[in-house]
Amino acid sequence: MEYTTEELMVVAAAREIQNHEVVFVGMRLPMLAFGVAKKLHAPNAVGFFECGIVRDEPSEELLYTMGDPPNIAGASWCTSTNHLMFLMQQGLIDIGFIGGAQIDKYGNVNTSYLGDINQPTVKLPGSGGAADIACLSKRLLVIMSHEKRRLVDKVDYITSPGFGSGQNWRKHSGLPRGGTSSLITNLAILKPDDETKELHIQSIHPGVSEDKVKDHTGWDIQISPNVSSTPPPTKEELDVLRSIDPRGFWTKRKQTGVKLQ
Amino acid sequence: MKKSKLMTLNKAIFQYVNDGDSIVMGSGLESMIPFAAAYELVRQQKKNLNLIAPISDILFDILIGAGLVLKITAAWSGNVSAGLGHNYRRSLEKGIPHRVQVEDHSNFTLGLALLAGSMGIPFLPTKTLLGTDLLRSNPRFKVEKSPFGDERFVYVPSLNPDVAILGVQRADEDGGCHFWGNLGLSQDAALASKKVILLAEEIVSKETISSDPNRVLLPSFKVTAVVHCPAFSHPSPMQGYYKRDHDFFHEYHQVTKQEAGFQDWLHKWVLTPSSHEDYIRLLGERVEQLRVKQRITAPEINYAFQ
Repeated sequence: MEYTTEELMVVAAAREIQNHEVVFVGMRLPMLAFGVAKKLHAPNAVGFFECGIVRDEPSEELLYTMGDPPNIAGASWCTSTNHLMFLMQQGLIDIGFIGGAQIDKYGNVNTSYLGDINQPTVKLPGSGGAADIACLSKRLLVIMSHEKRRLVDKVDYITSPGFGSGQNWRKHSGLPRGGTSSLITNLAILKPDDETKELHIQSIHPGVSEDKVKDHTGWDIQISPNVSSTPPPTKEELDVLRSIDPRGFWTKRKQTGVKLQ
Repeated sequence: MKKSKLMTLNKAIFQYVNDGDSIVMGSGLESMIPFAAAYELVRQQKKNLNLIAPISDILFDILIGAGLVLKITAAWSGNVSAGLGHNYRRSLEKGIPHRVQVEDHSNFTLGLALLAGSMGIPFLPTKTLLGTDLLRSNPRFKVEKSPFGDERFVYVPSLNPDVAILGVQRADEDGGCHFWGNLGLSQDAALASKKVILLAEEIVSKETISSDPNRVLLPSFKVTAVVHCPAFSHPSPMQGYYKRDHDFFHEYHQVTKQEAGFQDWLHKWVLTPSSHEDYIRLLGERVEQLRVKQRITAPEINYAFQ
């Protein structure tokens, strides 16, 4: 069965959600990953949306933003952003999902400034809730495109901290828990080494070579001793994903479906 | 009988927003963003504004491009479903139309700043942002040991904005209001701000508001002005009234890639219409297509005491 890279990424992200987990769901692709997980292997997962929504069931319509009306109808709680952040600060969020523009070998994410903060070459949108999710959730999952300019040795600016400069950095910084547990790209899945906390290649997507992953990474990336091939999405996973995003708006299946004048 | 706070959008913005003010707009994140008030700020050419919000979709990008903004105090600025904000990028990367100052926050620290402001205290401590470069780019954050032990916290200074402009589903003439949906930071912003301008989809009786006090966002004495402004949130959604106009956000993203394209967009949608009512006429049948026709209602609750 054919699928797009984005579909593979969403399905891989969905598989990281365990049943009964409380999930802090970020903008864009993570919203789909939560929906897929809920409808398949994690029916009891709970979703937190930073705009102030908690859901036990995924929304009935595709979301373009988490504040869309279908995400509020049938929610289990509508509240303030602060209340959800308070619960996350207590340690009640198992996994948080974010996207990014730049990430480094220790899983630190930059969504703020490329180049100097006083004269940026690119001004990115900023943290939103991403820095909070990275600081306060138990596990952080990052989804982004795999390019040499994006996967760099050291980010220009830490918006959302992974493991900082390596082992024990989070503890020294005073962060209570957490760290980047997976980076899902269009080429591979990267995970931190238990000792060094440096991201290494855990699994490679079907049809992608080891050399290609290395060539597209901005540091001398190591390969896990038990590296595997990412299992392709099953028919069941794709059916569920396509029922949530029938026109492939987020997964680039066809035209976006949005009329542009 | 109290004096009515009901007035036109034009008058509310003219009377209660001054050049140089700090203004909360879009405190609910992606929904119920008071775009009608943002367009009116442009028409009245307000200057040197400090815009405060966690994420207010393209509202900040529009006002930055229109040259009204001195500073943003925000967690995120861009186009939520389409990508980066082209005016924000032009401002910070090229100084077009000028370089805005940025006070970097996360959603949580902005929430704590407004909460502290609403509590009447100068700061609140948190564990978020430890180790991040937001502590470097926003020197107002302080990292200190707790007075109760050795743990370190980020101390977030409070915010008490000059004005909060908030959207609600319905209000009475005195400023009593009902709000439903996700709150974002709207309640914290409303309680922290010196003035509150409400944009209401419907004006209802005081009895309607007092029939359900748990749905009231803030006490009416905190409200400065009430504006009856149907579809004020377009293109953002309003629960129970309007869907999100996704196409509008995506068109904006396409046509504002170049500065000239943004100026054309601003002329067409903001400067040519002389009022919000004109803007709604310009939208034409689009408004009817976005209107929510279905009803999903909650069962009645009983407030009786006898």
